[in-house]
Amino acid sequence: MELIDYLPIFILLIIAVLFVGGTILVSHMVGRRKYGKEKMSPYESGMIPVGDARRRFSVKFYVVAILFVIFDIEVVFMYPWAVIFKKLGVFGFVEMMIFIAILLVGFIYIWKKGALEWA
Amino acid sequence: MESFLFYIFGGIAVASALLVVTRRNAVGSAIFLILCFFCLGVLYLLLQAHFVAVIQVLVYAGAIMVLFLFVIMLLNLSQIEFGRIRNLALKVLGAALGVVLLINILGAINRPQLSEGVPLSEGFGGTAQVGMLLFSKYLIPFEVASVLLLAAIVGAIILARREF
Amino acid sequence: MRYFADWIIENLEFTRAIPSEYVYLIIMVVGGLLLLLFVVPMAGALTFVERRVAGKMQSRIGPNRVGPQGIFQFVADGVKLILKEDIIPTAADRRLFKLAPYIVFVGSFLTFAALPFSQKLIAADLNIGILYIFAVSSMVVVGIIMSGWASNNNLSLLGGMRSAAQIISYEVPQILSVLAVILLTGTLGMQGTIKAQGWAPQHWFLFHNPFAFIAFFVFFISAVAECNRIPFDIPEAESELVSGYNTEYSGFRFGLFFLAEFANVYVISAVAVTLFLGGWNTPFYLPTGIWGLLPSAVNLAGLITFLIKTFVLVFVCMWLRWTLPRLRVDQLMTVGWKYMVPIAFFNLVGTAVWMLVWGDKSIAALLGG
Repeated sequence: MELIDYLPIFILLIIAVLFVGGTILVSHMVGRRKYGKEKMSPYESGMIPVGDARRRFSVKFYVVAILFVIFDIEVVFMYPWAVIFKKLGVFGFVEMMIFIAILLVGFIYIWKKGALEWA
Repeated sequence: MESFLFYIFGGIAVASALLVVTRRNAVGSAIFLILCFFCLGVLYLLLQAHFVAVIQVLVYAGAIMVLFLFVIMLLNLSQIEFGRIRNLALKVLGAALGVVLLINILGAINRPQLSEGVPLSEGFGGTAQVGMLLFSKYLIPFEVASVLLLAAIVGAIILARREF
Repeated sequence: MRYFADWIIENLEFTRAIPSEYVYLIIMVVGGLLLLLFVVPMAGALTFVERRVAGKMQSRIGPNRVGPQGIFQFVADGVKLILKEDIIPTAADRRLFKLAPYIVFVGSFLTFAALPFSQKLIAADLNIGILYIFAVSSMVVVGIIMSGWASNNNLSLLGGMRSAAQIISYEVPQILSVLAVILLTGTLGMQGTIKAQGWAPQHWFLFHNPFAFIAFFVFFISAVAECNRIPFDIPEAESELVSGYNTEYSGFRFGLFFLAEFANVYVISAVAVTLFLGGWNTPFYLPTGIWGLLPSAVNLAGLITFLIKTFVLVFVCMWLRWTLPRLRVDQLMTVGWKYMVPIAFFNLVGTAVWMLVWGDKSIAALLGG
């Protein structure tokens, strides 16, 4: 792999940004514009919005996010393992089973603690 | 060409890192942090560390920043605009730590062996080579990482437990 | 992309006068524009196809007025969206509100860079291809949270948060299930994964072993959930949240969210085809040498094979959407964490054991002796 293999990605990034910017600009120019106080207020199915939308959220979202980060990191470790598994053989299998077993303890723990219940 | 790209993306990384700590709006800080992580990913690419580069984006810019954004929204930090830090001792401590880090970095740069170019081995920085190191030389740290992750799971649950 | 660049430099006399870097650059820009010309109309056309399919499934007609059988409906929709007023609510955080569609669209468009279309048609065949796709598409979550938060609307914010929670919950089983294939191939590259399979179904990874078979379903269900489609459409539940995180968006900003959503349906189908369904493999072999570099007949056959397989899966997504009821939030989390994650782990261990016992031999190879 050389750096030039990544060049298409960079070019696609620029093309995508230009496309989004361009279409929004065109839409902004040709679209009708008529200011109205009611129109610019948050949509709430016809009700008058009460207070600010940015209130505190349930801690459940936080728990899901942190579990995601932990499992994501864990799976990232497994990718290099999977790639060279044929070379590692039984030894690699045992290594990964120890890793998974320790994390399985954690998984059972969060399950028993009820962190996976949403309701 | 590579050093040109290095300075461009290094510059963006430093600038966005500065914006992270100077923004008053927490969500704005988070957005610049994502930009910073992206530039770091590109810098890893320039070092031929493909696997690390993609992990940088996947784990940091993708996963950890989602967690940050959730926490910002959970605590509703956006409305508590960060005031100036008034504690002088804290300021001095922060500055001192910064200087220590800077000295460390300068020390690392000054090491002579870094100035010599070494030809890269075949497949350098690829997933297979990272795996080979991880499962032979760095096996113990790898297994310890699982214990660390276990501790993180338990910690997260205990912190959030009152709410269940 | 590099194959074409190298081929053009080698075979077209006049390009030699220009430095090869510029030739590379021009070819890549042209290729990127072609990709955009594929993605945007394709995603637009899928919105039309979806409505027609929905019509058929519900014994009604669906849009059939604009052009023959209504095939220009999506063009009319696009023009309408452009002509609509571009509204930014007063309460919104203007900068983030404007930034969010960029992140969502760019995130889903960039995944196309590593998607194979045929033997030679791929923008960038990275050696970390599949991880690149996951990394780039994880940016979409950031865009969704941002759009929900910036709108400063109860429904948007709730939709954005729910959507993000759902996507990250299903990302874990998704990336876990892919490991079953990586164990078999030993590569993260997309083209390498396809090359490891054959054209006949018994050589696909889907039928390689029982664990890979289950892995396909874990992958596909998680991927559908990541697209926020029914039965996993809590974030956009019309009856509860109006339109979810994009409630406040109008005009083409809304259109971009829509395009990204349908582009993502194509992406997940294409990745599933690459990993499990044999990709572009055809019974014909690509000739080597100079003809191999051209978009030859074999290459075209590969492209057609790949597109047919992909659009069959896209159709399955639509079929699911118009057949199944929506899951409740708690059911959604239960399915994700209590079923998909353990099954994916079980699969991973199972595949590893299979590899230890039989190597990378498939069931077909074992039965065939």
